[in-house]
Amino acid sequence: MSTGSLSVSVWRGSKKGRFADYDVPRRDRQTVLDVVTHIQRYIDPSLSYRFACRVGVCGSCAMTVNGRARWTCRTHVNQVAADGRLRIEPLRSLRVIKDLSVDMTDFFDKWAKAKGAFEPTATRTNDLAAIQPGDFKRRQASAGIECIGCGVCYASCDVVQWNSDYLGPAALNRAWTLINDVRDGGSRERLAAVAGDAGCHACHSQQGCVESCPKHLNPTASIAGLKRAVAWAALKGTL
Amino acid sequence: MSARPDTLGETRLWLAQRFSAAVLAICVVIHLGGMIMTVQAGLTAAEIIGRVGGHAGWFAFYVVFVLAAAIHAPIGLRTVLSEMMAIPKHHAGLLALVFGLFQAALGLKAVWGFYRLGGGA
Repeated sequence: MSTGSLSVSVWRGSKKGRFADYDVPRRDRQTVLDVVTHIQRYIDPSLSYRFACRVGVCGSCAMTVNGRARWTCRTHVNQVAADGRLRIEPLRSLRVIKDLSVDMTDFFDKWAKAKGAFEPTATRTNDLAAIQPGDFKRRQASAGIECIGCGVCYASCDVVQWNSDYLGPAALNRAWTLINDVRDGGSRERLAAVAGDAGCHACHSQQGCVESCPKHLNPTASIAGLKRAVAWAALKGTL
Repeated sequence: MSARPDTLGETRLWLAQRFSAAVLAICVVIHLGGMIMTVQAGLTAAEIIGRVGGHAGWFAFYVVFVLAAAIHAPIGLRTVLSEMMAIPKHHAGLLALVFGLFQAALGLKAVWGFYRLGGGA
């Protein structure tokens, strides 16, 4: 059911470009991704944007909506456009390919730099590791494990803007979950990778990532954990 | 893999800033507590100098206070300079070092002067 119209400004172009204005029919339970999809399908097929699952799992549809990074598939228009106006831009701190599509290469390369890959210590011939759900380290890992890699925290982080080498909240959060995974054997190298002014020590604990994370994770707490772990390693001479 | 020297250096600076912050927290509480007590007691500057100046314990306390501040502030200043201004990290480090040395020199000069006013040395 259509209930009026939305006034939508959408970024068109790459680094240089302009906002284009569209009128989009307003509907019940309409998401921001629905709005973008409407423009692309019914008004201007040349609009570029990215999405896949539409249900908050794949993490590919993040955009800047009315000045704030959000996952658009789970952001209802009612939540962000009470006055019927939407301003949709690509994510900050990432190179714009075209319109609303950004190049995520830097973002995911930094996961690799933070040693975000699991380093197994057992083989398929070993028994399964028995880990109690209530185990302290497991609970710390579980607190950050639901990251979908949408880049919303990265785009919301001021330190990423100031320091382009900074690994960012998502990569550091990933490193922290692995450091707390007792099955992983790469923690020593990982701590060396996440220390320093491109790593956890650059974080100012402003918690922009916490504020914006659509999965309600707390990357700032993960980064604080990394700071403690790195400090102990440095004091013990194992960094 | 072990940490690169610059990474290790950054980690040590971070540790130095955190340790100096812990020292400063204690020093500030004692310093402010002392000031409030002297103001409440209505002591004059001469009476304060008479009680605190020349005292080896207070001299040592304020030397620690000044040194902790001279370690803590330049490390933060270095970060601010490198993030907010388009200057290389080592230049920011050099500027912060000069600032820290200046801060330490002024602070220690003041502490030494106060100690001597009270009859110390």
